[in-house]
Amino acid sequence: MHRVAILLRLAWRNLWRNHRRTAIMLMAVVLGAWAMIFMTALMRGMVTEVVKDGISALPGHVQVHHPDFSDDPSIANLIPRSDADLQRRFADAGFVQWATRVRVPAVITSEYDSRGVTLLGIDPQQERGLTFVDYDSVDGRFLESTDDPGIVIGAKLARTLNTELGKRIVLMSQDPDNDIADRGFRIVGIFHANVTAFEEAFVFAGKSTVQELLRIGDRVSEVVVLGEDYRDVEPVYARTLALVDGDVKVERWNELDPYLGSMLGVMDGFVLVWIVVIFLALSFGLVNTLVMAVFERVREIGLMLALGMRPVNILGQIVIESLMLLALGLAIGTALSWATVQPIKDGIDISIVGEGLDMWGMSSTLYPELLLSDVILANVVVLILGFLASLSPAWRASHYEPIEAITKV
Amino acid sequence: MSAVTCVDLCKTYRQGEVDIKALDHVSIEIAEGGFVCLSAPSGGGKTTLLNAIGGLDKPDSGEVYIAGRRIDNLSKGELADLRLRQIGFVFQAFNLIPVLTARENVEFVMQVQGVPAADRGQKALEILEEVGLEGLEDRRPADMSGGQQQRVAVARAIVSQPALILADEPTANLDSKTADGLMDLFRHLNEHHNTTFVIATHDKRVMAYAKRLIRMLDGRIVEDIDQDAS
Repeated sequence: MHRVAILLRLAWRNLWRNHRRTAIMLMAVVLGAWAMIFMTALMRGMVTEVVKDGISALPGHVQVHHPDFSDDPSIANLIPRSDADLQRRFADAGFVQWATRVRVPAVITSEYDSRGVTLLGIDPQQERGLTFVDYDSVDGRFLESTDDPGIVIGAKLARTLNTELGKRIVLMSQDPDNDIADRGFRIVGIFHANVTAFEEAFVFAGKSTVQELLRIGDRVSEVVVLGEDYRDVEPVYARTLALVDGDVKVERWNELDPYLGSMLGVMDGFVLVWIVVIFLALSFGLVNTLVMAVFERVREIGLMLALGMRPVNILGQIVIESLMLLALGLAIGTALSWATVQPIKDGIDISIVGEGLDMWGMSSTLYPELLLSDVILANVVVLILGFLASLSPAWRASHYEPIEAITKV
Repeated sequence: MSAVTCVDLCKTYRQGEVDIKALDHVSIEIAEGGFVCLSAPSGGGKTTLLNAIGGLDKPDSGEVYIAGRRIDNLSKGELADLRLRQIGFVFQAFNLIPVLTARENVEFVMQVQGVPAADRGQKALEILEEVGLEGLEDRRPADMSGGQQQRVAVARAIVSQPALILADEPTANLDSKTADGLMDLFRHLNEHHNTTFVIATHDKRVMAYAKRLIRMLDGRIVEDIDQDAS
């Protein structure tokens, strides 16, 4: 312990012996740490937005379907039990939110054009906050009840179909007997979505209205359940599984959308690679600084060895010096990245590139996400790699012959 | 028991194409409490012998014993421990650690030895006062003269009261008054604490303090004088 105390004192004082060199290296570490953590926060925010948008684009955290629905998401594969039964089972389960839906492919036709869409028959009260649609920012109004006769379509679809609020469109799908099921709807609302692709893909109508159109009685296509956090989906999955029998399929969001699910894993790997790459750039400066520091102190290292300090203590001194520099730089860099994230944590408008990002399912607002786990990862990785990088100059210093070192000119 | 025993030491350095015999079959025995000066012209082998005794340099052949323990075959770590616990060093130049104050330099060896902070702090202050550096405890080497630095080095060498002190030209950078003061201090330690001194020097004033004077030339002992007897 007594040796550690002297090593710490020597390392700290030697660090500030050449103020300018240490300051330059410190700045490099601060900038490196800032870049690691801040850029990771941006990338995390980007991925989180993609995942959240993906989840809000109807998957929720867990969904229940007919076992064949994923292969054929048509009217033929409705959940084999009544909506009333499902409502009863899920009502008191304590989920953050849940809803049952009818979801079928359909064709929407205006007087000018027609498009293939996904028709969602929903209960607007259950769906509030569950989908990507902000009810309060809908042009016109959103659906008011399950038997609302109107339809709500996306702004982009409205432009594509050359239609507008108050006009009528025709929806066409198939009933369970494979007969055409169609009906005219008046457009009562036009919604706007962060991801403009959603505006073209989905249309909303009342659940009862759609059930009547499709002649499916009290049946639905899916149950969607929302938990506290999309990263912690297992408890929600287990509870949902317990609520339904074996004749349905329960899937997590990352199974429903494997691309979305894989993004988190890819992101974790990318963060690590990003941190290592930045460190490698830093390590050249770090090793150079240590080599210079050792070179300048050959004689006093020889003196310490001559006075009875063990080579391992010399090695420890150089390594501690390196770790002190890195720890200081990391602390400042981490604080700086936190301070940089604070003013923009409510979102950065990236709509200028929104059209391009849209194809990746990203919204026009980016919310940086500073995760403690990323901060810890960056700090630990840099300290471990810094320790390894400093071993070479430290080893060299510890293997000087005392008398040769002390007489070196 | 002998404080230092050297048996048939040989050491050859290669300088370009020429082999230089720094030690040529040197054998000496220094008793505990000895006060020995090694005197030689430059290149005569006195510093090489001193370094061999201190475990800082290994002889090509021969044996070195400190307090009866053979040291020329010890590992680096064992030699470091030996130097830390049993030998005090005063080098000709570059004696101090630049980032430590005078007091911290004096405390350095004790701290590595594991002496408690309170004890070593008090001891360091006392010894600095003894070498005439009272009031300069908190100065760093860069803020002290060469003589003051040398006295700090002496203070560090003697503060933990090692059985053997090896000094290489300890008065080289000192004025005559300071040099006399330092030698008086060495003799005082030698006489009152039975500390063995081996001093490499070509300073006649220093030689005058020695109980025993060993003259070397071309790596060989050419004269061994017991000055106390004479």
